[in-house]
Amino acid sequence: MGKKLLQIIVAVVLLAAGIVVGMKLAGDNRATVVGDASRYSNAAGSTGLLTRSVGGSGTGTVHDVRDGNSIQAAVAAAEPGDVIRIFPGTYTETVYIDKDDIVLSGVVVNGQWPVMEGNKELNDAVLYSGNDITVENLQIQHYKGNAVMGQAGNNFLIRNNNIIDTGVYGIFPEFGTNGLITHNVLSGIEDAAIYVGMSDNIHVTNNEVFDNVAGIEIENSRHSIVENNYVHDNTGGILVFITPGLPIKTTFDTIVRNNFIVNNNTPNFGIPGSTVAGIPAGTGILNMAGDQTTIEGNVITGNKVIGILITDHMNAPNVTLDPGADPSSDEIAILDNMMWNNGYDTIPEIKALKTLELVDGNVEILNVGASANSCILDPDKYTTVGLKSFGTCGFTTTADVSTYLLDEPAQRREIAAEDMGKRAYYGICAGCHSYNIKMIGPPTQVIQALYMDNPQGIVDYITSPTKKRDDYPEMPPQNYLSEDVRMAAAEYMLQVKQ
Amino acid sequence: MSKAPSNPRAHAGLFLGLVLSTLVLSTLVLSTLVLSTRALADAPAQLREHCPPGFELTDGNRCELRTLYQNYDSLQYAGVGGPRTGLPSARDGFSPQQIDLGRYLFFDPLLSADNSISCASCHHPDLGFSDGRARSVGIDGAEVRRAAPSLWNVAFLQSFFWDARADSLEQQMVGPLYDAKEMGSNPEQLLAEIGGNATYRALFRVAFPGSEGPPTLEQIYYSIAAFQASLISLNSRYDQYAHGYHDALTDNEKEGMNIFRSFVARCAECHTPPLFTNQQIAVIGVPEPEGRQLDAGAETTSGNPGLRGGFKVPSLRNIAKTAPYMHSGAFDNLRDAAEFYTLGRGHALPEEEKQRMTVHWHIWEPELADDELDRLVDFLATLTDEAFKPGIPAAVPSGLAPVGVIPEALGPKPSIAGLNET
Repeated sequence: MGKKLLQIIVAVVLLAAGIVVGMKLAGDNRATVVGDASRYSNAAGSTGLLTRSVGGSGTGTVHDVRDGNSIQAAVAAAEPGDVIRIFPGTYTETVYIDKDDIVLSGVVVNGQWPVMEGNKELNDAVLYSGNDITVENLQIQHYKGNAVMGQAGNNFLIRNNNIIDTGVYGIFPEFGTNGLITHNVLSGIEDAAIYVGMSDNIHVTNNEVFDNVAGIEIENSRHSIVENNYVHDNTGGILVFITPGLPIKTTFDTIVRNNFIVNNNTPNFGIPGSTVAGIPAGTGILNMAGDQTTIEGNVITGNKVIGILITDHMNAPNVTLDPGADPSSDEIAILDNMMWNNGYDTIPEIKALKTLELVDGNVEILNVGASANSCILDPDKYTTVGLKSFGTCGFTTTADVSTYLLDEPAQRREIAAEDMGKRAYYGICAGCHSYNIKMIGPPTQVIQALYMDNPQGIVDYITSPTKKRDDYPEMPPQNYLSEDVRMAAAEYMLQVKQ
Repeated sequence: MSKAPSNPRAHAGLFLGLVLSTLVLSTLVLSTLVLSTRALADAPAQLREHCPPGFELTDGNRCELRTLYQNYDSLQYAGVGGPRTGLPSARDGFSPQQIDLGRYLFFDPLLSADNSISCASCHHPDLGFSDGRARSVGIDGAEVRRAAPSLWNVAFLQSFFWDARADSLEQQMVGPLYDAKEMGSNPEQLLAEIGGNATYRALFRVAFPGSEGPPTLEQIYYSIAAFQASLISLNSRYDQYAHGYHDALTDNEKEGMNIFRSFVARCAECHTPPLFTNQQIAVIGVPEPEGRQLDAGAETTSGNPGLRGGFKVPSLRNIAKTAPYMHSGAFDNLRDAAEFYTLGRGHALPEEEKQRMTVHWHIWEPELADDELDRLVDFLATLTDEAFKPGIPAAVPSGLAPVGVIPEALGPKPSIAGLNET
């Protein structure tokens, strides 16, 4: 006993001495680089970072925003390429980004996060329409509409955000091509926490979504991957939809794989009239009219109504048929998934279908409506209803597709100066200037004679015009056009021939 | 000669038209009666050889649309998205002569049964190519069921009429041309009127080179479509903002823009930029003006009960110019129209319709504050651009007064006493 005590004392003393020595020797060791940068690179099968074609470049100026400052003021001052760093504090505002290549980056200090606080009065936290936008490291809470809403911005990167009760949606990119949504935590959303609407080439990975009506929704979108997400305690877990009545009418090529889709039994608190308000609480995966959806490698457990539900528009509630949208879910592929304890407390509609097919046990996979060219890899593993038309899949994995994100950013295209000039000249200048006819402004011919080889002269004049001619009104300034566009228009104007 | 807003010759034409059964004859007589008027002296002898603003004349004598929006793409070529998104595909490629001929036809009351009204009587350029009325009025002062939609930017539309029942401008225009309550004409009369007019015969030969014989219905429709498709409005202050000049809008207007596109108000979900319509049919549960029966809208034309009370989402470009609002003019001003969307799903519907209609999922209770509604109205006014508004011809080939009956909103009804002024 005494020997044991001694051993312990010696050990404690040695440990304390070790810590002191260690602290003395190391001090602040941040300057020391440990580990070879190439340790994990160039591995076989590597396709590069998911982030390679998304997000802001971060090559410009850094603007720091601290508690009490306005993020929007920094956005207004920012040029494409700039980074806006947001330090811990509470920011009660709507930030809108109508320019390209901006990084909005929270800085977490000692566990303190920058918080965007909507107080249930503000509509949206971040609205962007620019391409190449990054939104990261923010805690966003208590807005009425969205935490992050994108309208037509391509190449977006939304990551590492903690989003709590931001109203209708959490992260909602719409009309975007090429976007990555990763490592976000979202809860308390009354529709879909992550809602990809009318977009192409999207990757949703490594997010946690819980206590929402819908976890993750892919709607009227193509070439999407939803993988490695933890989707639990929502009303419905993962949705793949064609919603009728929208201007883009297809959903196809969606891979839903390697997600944990667990206990999505939260009572539906969706907004009356919304599509998700019709989702029964206890739904794991719901595919409505989406085509070429492949479901692989998910852990789907504890969803009380159904594990996987595939339906067409005719059998879905709250849906008005759209002649422009194909109502059926075709080419569905259910590969290997881990399914356990789903459908244990299901709805009368499913019970009735079960009786009809004389199926015993809890239904884990249900298809209602026609579903052409669909398949399941191992139907005997699960209790299924409505899958008689499904064949056996001729493929076992989607692993060869690592992502549908693009190799190069979308729409970073150069406009030829002549096209730019032509579009500005006919699209704007021609409202007042005709080639050889007097309109509101003097004819182009007259301007050509005046400025022959001097497009810069035109640019200077149209930027801040002065009254020149008694027989014409003063020209309004064209400074709203960028310098490039003004020059292109001037050059085009000097060479136009009719 | 007086510059009074009244159009005495329209009424001379109307009067004589009643007395004399054939219009060719009435025009002849009319011409003899008022030989001294400028209208005839100005009758167009030729058509423009240059394109209207917004178009480049390209090889093959085609007017092709040019706009800065062509610098941008749009997802799936759908022409919907955000500020810097490409437009839906446009109808263009008409010749300058066809567009100009269409302009004469558009403003010529010769196209109506009694030569009293022209297309412009309900689609007047000074009223946003609408007529300022809740419901339009045709010949004989008969009121029709719905409001005249604006014609700005129709080149980009895929369907026409409030209930989206026509797929082309040509298909659309036979509605008002031949509807007994609207222009009241018929194909035979139209061919006789146009074909019986020497000026038109000459102009059609210019606009359709190589074509023999009198003008055809197809050529008439095509020319009017050409003119309508030339009505481009894409240079508003909003557009300046969209192209990158953020000082184009005031703080209030920007706030309104953010409310407009927020997912609380959700305006932009259906009135989607750059055209401010997604061209879909939406059931929003709009009320009929007092004392009017419910208009089932697209349910009737599509046979789809889910579209009961559904109408095409209109573009909001130049919306500040086209009060009153909605398909039958339920709201006099934009403030009231905006407020409708915050009062709750189906709030304005009769009880039995609340159960029956499938109101669009975007109609909810956004609880917009009063000042938010004011900001929305501020923003909507930034969508005004009439820089490319075409001129009304000083004279039209029929010799009738251009436009014919003008909308009340533009002034008092022309009186028959005006005849004395000639």
